[in-house]
Amino acid sequence: MDFDLSEEQRLLKDSVDRLMADRYDFERRQRYAKEPEGWSQALWSAYAELGLLALPFDEAHGGFGGGPVETMTIMEAFGRSLALEPYLATVILGGGLLHHGGSEEQKTAYLPQVAAGDLRLAFAHTERQSRYDLFDVGTTAQRDGGSFILNGQKSVVLHGDTADKILVTARVAGSRRDREGIGLFLVDANAPGVSCRGYPTQDGQRAAEVTLESVRVDTGNVIGNPEGALPVVEKVTDIAIAALAAEAIGAMDEMLKLTVDYLKTRKQFNTTIGSFQVLQHRSSEMFIAVEQGRSMAMFAAMMAQEKNAEERRKAISAAKVQIGRSGRFVGQQAIQLHGGVGMTMEYKVGHLFKRVTMIDTLFGDADHHLSKLAETGGLIAA
Amino acid sequence: MDLRFTDEELAFRDEVREFFRTALPDSIRRKMIEGHHPSKDDLVTWSRILNAKGWAVPHWPVEWGGTGWSPVKQYIFRDELQQAPAPEPLAFGVSMVGPVIYTFGNEDQKRRFLPRIANLDDWWCQGFSEPGAGSDLASLKTTAKREGDVYIVNGQKTWTTLAQHADWIFCLARTDSAVKKQEGISFLLIDMKTLGITVRPIQTIDGGHEVNEVFFDDVRVPVENLVGQENKGWDYAKFLLGNERVGIARIGISKARLKRVRELASLERIGDVPLIDVPRFREKLAAVEVELKALEMTQLRVVAAESRREKGKPDPASSILKIKGSEIQQATTELLMEVVGPFAMPYHPEEEGRNEPTDGPDWASTAAPTYFNWRKISIYGGSNEIQKNIIAKAILGF
Repeated sequence: MDFDLSEEQRLLKDSVDRLMADRYDFERRQRYAKEPEGWSQALWSAYAELGLLALPFDEAHGGFGGGPVETMTIMEAFGRSLALEPYLATVILGGGLLHHGGSEEQKTAYLPQVAAGDLRLAFAHTERQSRYDLFDVGTTAQRDGGSFILNGQKSVVLHGDTADKILVTARVAGSRRDREGIGLFLVDANAPGVSCRGYPTQDGQRAAEVTLESVRVDTGNVIGNPEGALPVVEKVTDIAIAALAAEAIGAMDEMLKLTVDYLKTRKQFNTTIGSFQVLQHRSSEMFIAVEQGRSMAMFAAMMAQEKNAEERRKAISAAKVQIGRSGRFVGQQAIQLHGGVGMTMEYKVGHLFKRVTMIDTLFGDADHHLSKLAETGGLIAA
Repeated sequence: MDLRFTDEELAFRDEVREFFRTALPDSIRRKMIEGHHPSKDDLVTWSRILNAKGWAVPHWPVEWGGTGWSPVKQYIFRDELQQAPAPEPLAFGVSMVGPVIYTFGNEDQKRRFLPRIANLDDWWCQGFSEPGAGSDLASLKTTAKREGDVYIVNGQKTWTTLAQHADWIFCLARTDSAVKKQEGISFLLIDMKTLGITVRPIQTIDGGHEVNEVFFDDVRVPVENLVGQENKGWDYAKFLLGNERVGIARIGISKARLKRVRELASLERIGDVPLIDVPRFREKLAAVEVELKALEMTQLRVVAAESRREKGKPDPASSILKIKGSEIQQATTELLMEVVGPFAMPYHPEEEGRNEPTDGPDWASTAAPTYFNWRKISIYGGSNEIQKNIIAKAILGF
């Protein structure tokens, strides 16, 4: 057992940390949010140059063969800086679905473009009625000769408005909540019948409502088994949850740091308020919540690679529960301990709070995962 | 970074698991599963089985009976022992005074005491807390006045766990009252048979007798029983308390108890539905399991960092282990109370050799006493509030 980063991982961490320190302070972040895409093209290019966009893919497809630990390192830095770029949507989700579910031909065609920063992807799965159930798919894909015709509506598609291609779950067979019969399709954002309405999200990022009206997808753009895509979708969303856990830890750690710094400088009653034990104890409780969360982010990174899907899902659910709970506590206390200044849009801590709050709603909140975990027998067998 | 155990560590885990499966007497295992206290004889028997195997004091230096295991292997050993579930070797000897003696004691003391601690020939108890010195331990008032080749000890200790069985007590006593309170304290080893020592039981809310008051009335302690230097006892006490926190998370014990909760909750039914299938209950259980998994990973992070840390300097992160470890242990007792439901009510004082049947299922009678008794866990070993002070000062820099 070894919790240390390898030499290469350490170098990766140093270069990402340096990039974010140099180019992603909070004032710049707020400017990037006002750019046309809602994020920075210049930083996207910088990520590509550093190899971050190539990280999880095989060398044969222009990648570096990085695993969840490398992803964790990057995401933690992104969380600390509140990075806006569509890394999760393009590299982890879109790229991940191609990497884990695509044919050799598809991978060769698309992954090098992702790695170079030339192709942006999004993953459309949520529907009005589905809540967090990935298998609840009402969007249909009808066979039509050698191709499929897609009809339906997808909601809260992360960075769907700036994606070149969208990976869409659609039902080929079975009824709406069947685990079987779900296909995964690579749809061009400009294809006839695709309409995409982008909007800002609470945490300053972007998402889109995607409508599919008789969208034709040829067989070359079906990802994996057209009636059995759910396992790969679940696997990749589990990997995404591990990545989000690390992002949340970066954001929580930053909130703790800002809060402790604030308590040490803010003066009331002729003394720094950090001299009050009630505030010291609250900070200690925040520290414990961050570290318990970090432990579970590490556990998630380790278990994202687990071959036994049931063990993997349980571990990821457990991590999402801890991250959700830690994030809520740390976020709420960070605002509380800052007092009024924590409520202002111009100060960073509120934005970190909003990001961890939204992370809880991505791919299942703490309660969703707690009942999933409980339903499947928990972590400790009787 | 690879958070999995290596093949060697897994093989080691299997080896110790098999040993605990075969070497732990069934009668003791039964008591542990059912939540009864092991007796003095049980603990002596088990300690000698461990010592015969060479596993009584794995964390000690090899020359005094240690095994030379890596911190990870020591963690695995402890975790498996707790999950067996087997009694833990008497902490006052092997985890507290033993390390103080081999670190700060002289050669005579090491030869005289260490082998007898490992074999539980001597039962040790801890003379730290006093009526006026709890969290503020350094304000203790028990005095030791040097007269020739003895110290004359006077004062009162309290919360002295299992002093009723003890052969020896290690004590903090004031040898200089003219200096700063931390600088006038010495660490003494005192034979409980010495004239002038009185032990008086304290009954706790669970009805049990674990803790005692110990009175010292002109107790004569030979100067060769001073550990290290006179007036340096506070340093040794801090070292001891730091060691105490490392093992305090007791993750294996919580694992064993959650397993027990799950077992019993599948026997209890609400109508036709086993309690374990009631969503509200199983979600509460799963929530505790998540906290425990997080704590286990935190513990492993502390363990993995141990080999790089300066000897005798505990990781301040171990305060997390105390706080969360105690909260989780306490949560397991609440879950068990919920499982036994109405049969938490009957009170059966725990007596040796009692043979009457319990009212209700026989596994129900310890649920409430354990819940009551385990409220102590967030108080002892530096209360959880003191641990938060430690995090605030040592980690957050307040």
